Amino acid sequence: MSLIQLDGLAKSYTIYQKQEGLKASLAGLFSREYRTVEAVRGIDLQVEQGEFVAFLGPNGAGKTTTLKLLSGVITPTAGTAKVLGFVPWRRENAYRRRFALVMGQKNQLWWDLPAQESFRLHQQIYRIDAQSFAATRDELVDLLDVRGLLTQPVRELSLGERMKMELIAALLHSPEVLFLDEPTIGLDVVAQHNIQKFLKHYQEFRKITILLTSHYMKDIAALCRRVVVIAKGQIVYDGSLSGIIDQFSSHKVLTLQFANDTMPSDLARYGDVLEIAEPKVTLKVDRNVIADVLSAVLANHTLEDVSVEDPPLEEVIAEVFSQSQSSSPSAAAGAGQGGQETISDVSSA
Amino acid sequence: MTAHILTWWTILRICLEERLVYRGDFALGTLMRFMPIVTQIFLWTAIFAAAGQTEIAGYTRDNFVAYYLLTMVSRAFSSMPSLASGIALQIRNGEIKKFLIQPIDMIGFLLLSRIAHKLVYYAVAWAPFALVFFLCRSFFTHGWPAPEILAAYVGSLVMAFLLGFFLESLIGMIGFWFLEVSSLLFVYMLFNFFFSGHMFPLDMLPAPWDTVVQLIPLQYLAYFPAAVFLGKIQGPELVQGLCVQAGWVIALIVANRVAFACGVRRYSGYGG
Repeated sequence: MSLIQLDGLAKSYTIYQKQEGLKASLAGLFSREYRTVEAVRGIDLQVEQGEFVAFLGPNGAGKTTTLKLLSGVITPTAGTAKVLGFVPWRRENAYRRRFALVMGQKNQLWWDLPAQESFRLHQQIYRIDAQSFAATRDELVDLLDVRGLLTQPVRELSLGERMKMELIAALLHSPEVLFLDEPTIGLDVVAQHNIQKFLKHYQEFRKITILLTSHYMKDIAALCRRVVVIAKGQIVYDGSLSGIIDQFSSHKVLTLQFANDTMPSDLARYGDVLEIAEPKVTLKVDRNVIADVLSAVLANHTLEDVSVEDPPLEEVIAEVFSQSQSSSPSAAAGAGQGGQETISDVSSA
Repeated sequence: MTAHILTWWTILRICLEERLVYRGDFALGTLMRFMPIVTQIFLWTAIFAAAGQTEIAGYTRDNFVAYYLLTMVSRAFSSMPSLASGIALQIRNGEIKKFLIQPIDMIGFLLLSRIAHKLVYYAVAWAPFALVFFLCRSFFTHGWPAPEILAAYVGSLVMAFLLGFFLESLIGMIGFWFLEVSSLLFVYMLFNFFFSGHMFPLDMLPAPWDTVVQLIPLQYLAYFPAAVFLGKIQGPELVQGLCVQAGWVIALIVANRVAFACGVRRYSGYGG
């Protein structure tokens, strides 16, 4: 059995639909319209020990809801899940001692006290013996280079420094499974890079299983071999990052550099013109006809240089996201839970 | 067991450290608590002067002042500033997640946090309390109570603390259903003000209000400990009162556990 096993996991919310204006607010005292938000719609997924998996998806796709389900914060509407052999939402201490959840937008440290006090508390909560605690803490503190900040109140740390402390607190008990929800959100490029470097090193060294959600493609490209794309609460892709291009990109980018002012004027017959900077032109060409187009160009024109490339990954993923959004009326749902919405119920309050 | 004690001790120690961070606010809050007693002394002196009586409902002016001093002590144990609203806020903004993710009991954690809150308060407030009681010693016309009454009084104060804690945490956990509990809390505080004995001694109440008071736990937050100290409740009645108070504490612990278990099942993990 896989370390993480999800079968038909689903979560829906019923959310009050507040209309605009005072009149609607008064009417809402007597009768309210609710809508059902299907944040996660029957996800099947297996993750093996030691995998570093990225969850990709637009806002409201169901990524964070899935992590909340797996960490036992919320209970599913349907389906089953097992992590390390435990049902997460039973919240057994034996399970809670073996995983950690870090949310980039949530602080789990004591705001007014130095981080080392929160670490000490975690030592007791997770029953870490003194020797292991000191060794793990020192290792993490050195890896993240925060020794000089341990005695500073958390509220006085920068966002990047705070995230490093959050990671240390989450890893003190050496979890076998780590859920990371946008750990680099709001960080500058240097801080993002440091966190990436640390996570890569730590995962390779400890061989723990990590599920990561992030909107930063650089995080995902640097860390994850496997990518799960979630849209409208369903998995639409599960494979390598480069495989996304093969599956979802319908075109290639053809760049031609013409010799001796021979650039033709009827370039549109080869494909969509993206950019012209004479004698160079960039075309978007359907990947099914790229060979034919290239042959025709070479037969009819004198070229100094030619290149055929895949479109940028960010562009393909943005396209996937926008397709998934436009095929559904859903928008990001309230309370941070996304998914497809259907007006399903009108009842009196 | 040792591991449990060590965990709770660490939580308590860290909560104590946290309480000591904001010294100015803490000092001001501690000293301001004594202001109302001064107004009570003036108020009841004026009421007795206007009434031209030496006794009202069996209380002399000195009895009233002594009673208010003692309810001030009771409330120092049973009042739980920001507990209910804090729990509801944590539910609403999602901070409660940490109690669901980490192997820690939220109610136990909050209780220890509140014990730390009170310990820090008493550690500083005992001196002004002692000074106020010394200055007002003439109002205690019967002197110190017998040791067994004193023991019962201390027991009733400890249970008043637990009762206050579990009542407010229960209101806070209603946030799992309603998210916003401030109006509910306002109603609770209003009832608390009247029926805990904070406003006047409850044995002054006519029927049927005296029966209402017996049916709800609020009298044990302020009136009951004060009445025990003043010797108004003695013998079998005292034992029965302490048993009922303990019964309420147990019932509220159960209610808290049930509310938490049902609440987290309903919880939607708000706030991203």
